[in-house]
Amino acid sequence: MPEDVSVTGLGMSDALALPPAHAAAARPASLLPLQVSGLRLEAGGAVLLDGVDLALAPAGCTVIMGPNGAGKSILLKLLHGLIAPSAGRVSWNGLDAARATARQALVFQKPVLLRRSVAANLDFVLKARGRDRSRRDELLADVGLLAKARQPARLLSGGEAQRLALARALATGPEVLFLDEPTASLDPASVLVIERIVGEARARGTRIIFVTHDIGQARRIADEVVFLHRGRVAEHAAAADFFPEPRSQAARDYLAGRIIL
Amino acid sequence: MQNIAEAFGLALSLVLSGEADLYEIVGLSLRVSLSATLLASAIGLPVGALVAVSRFRGRGLVLVVMNALMGLPPVVVGLLVYLSLSRSGPLGFLGLLYTPGAMILAQTILIVPIVAALSRQVLEDLHAEYADQFRSLCLSPRQSIATLLWDGRYALLTVWLAGFGRAIAEVGAVIIVGGNIDHLTRVMTTAIALETSKGDLALALALGIVLLVLALGVNAAVQALRLTAARQAHA
Repeated sequence: MPEDVSVTGLGMSDALALPPAHAAAARPASLLPLQVSGLRLEAGGAVLLDGVDLALAPAGCTVIMGPNGAGKSILLKLLHGLIAPSAGRVSWNGLDAARATARQALVFQKPVLLRRSVAANLDFVLKARGRDRSRRDELLADVGLLAKARQPARLLSGGEAQRLALARALATGPEVLFLDEPTASLDPASVLVIERIVGEARARGTRIIFVTHDIGQARRIADEVVFLHRGRVAEHAAAADFFPEPRSQAARDYLAGRIIL
Repeated sequence: MQNIAEAFGLALSLVLSGEADLYEIVGLSLRVSLSATLLASAIGLPVGALVAVSRFRGRGLVLVVMNALMGLPPVVVGLLVYLSLSRSGPLGFLGLLYTPGAMILAQTILIVPIVAALSRQVLEDLHAEYADQFRSLCLSPRQSIATLLWDGRYALLTVWLAGFGRAIAEVGAVIIVGGNIDHLTRVMTTAIALETSKGDLALALALGIVLLVLALGVNAAVQALRLTAARQAHA
């Protein structure tokens, strides 16, 4: 294989993709705190994120909110090291984002399930990460899917599929769990199940970074809120301060259900 | 029209008669083409998968060459293999010329580009779906390729069929490197060519019908497998 060969994805991230980060250079004991400075991302001549500065506390649940196109999912991928910024830095306790990826997990809005059984989807991740495969049934039981272990994963309902994706993410034992609108198209019961599982992970010490449009959900789970507008951080505040009294006009409009441009 | 009607009758009687010569030719045809397809898959699938998941300088050129090679003329491949395997050629010491081994080699060369190019397309589409997940899981290129090949295995059956179809229907290469020797290297296509040249069009057509039925049978079996997988949502 030529030396400059890299494995990449497709689409917009294609040009921005980073090689897998297997190497753990100087490996800090914890990935936290997170420090983001001057983050900027350009693609196709458009500025998608600009001037993002953030410092996230070591524990808890950060909810990233904002209108469509504000850059929430892009920010999540930058923090997770899936795409490289045009400028600025993401530092996980001194470690670049791409080198921290292996200690984190991301649950996508649309679950990406392998064309295998429910159990095999978990086996795959446990094997890839060199983790104890005997934990599979326990993980499936945690998300209520043990009875469906032998079923093809792609025949699961939306809520079940997302629970499997969540179990798969948790199977890697992540220090940081990213969730990109994981409940966007789920019924209320499935939403509560996902929130319960995420809450349990948070209680075990997993740092949660959760993107959602659902204001009620944000109120239920957030310790702090990062509100994005037009690719910039419009507001970063404790949830207890943000919801009753948002400081930015964009956040006030968003919470009031007004269209913001 | 008379020839065609006669050919169907002859084809039926040939099959029903259990004539040993016919079954020998059919058996050799299947052996050569299935072996070539399996060999070409062993080479072409990893190559297609590697190109599907890799980005490197000159990738566009590689894609153009891979696609262009799908149209390799069988007689040219036959000639090149003939030159390589002839006594004075670089592979002459193998003593493969005018053996089924030479025919398998020629057909393998002919269909490797088909398997590689088509599997690249299939796996690139699958990789587009999996890429972010793979990166999130920090999979190595080897793990990514193995996963794509396994998860795309039923879609790749169509690629395998395209390769097999090209091999079983091919005559130019096998007639040059095999020589169409009775009881040794005679396959369906070379037998049809021979009967046509002798003017026995009915027999040639009958053999053609048997060949078509064979190809249809293999296709039907593979498609049935794929549909079964699709029903189980693994495809």
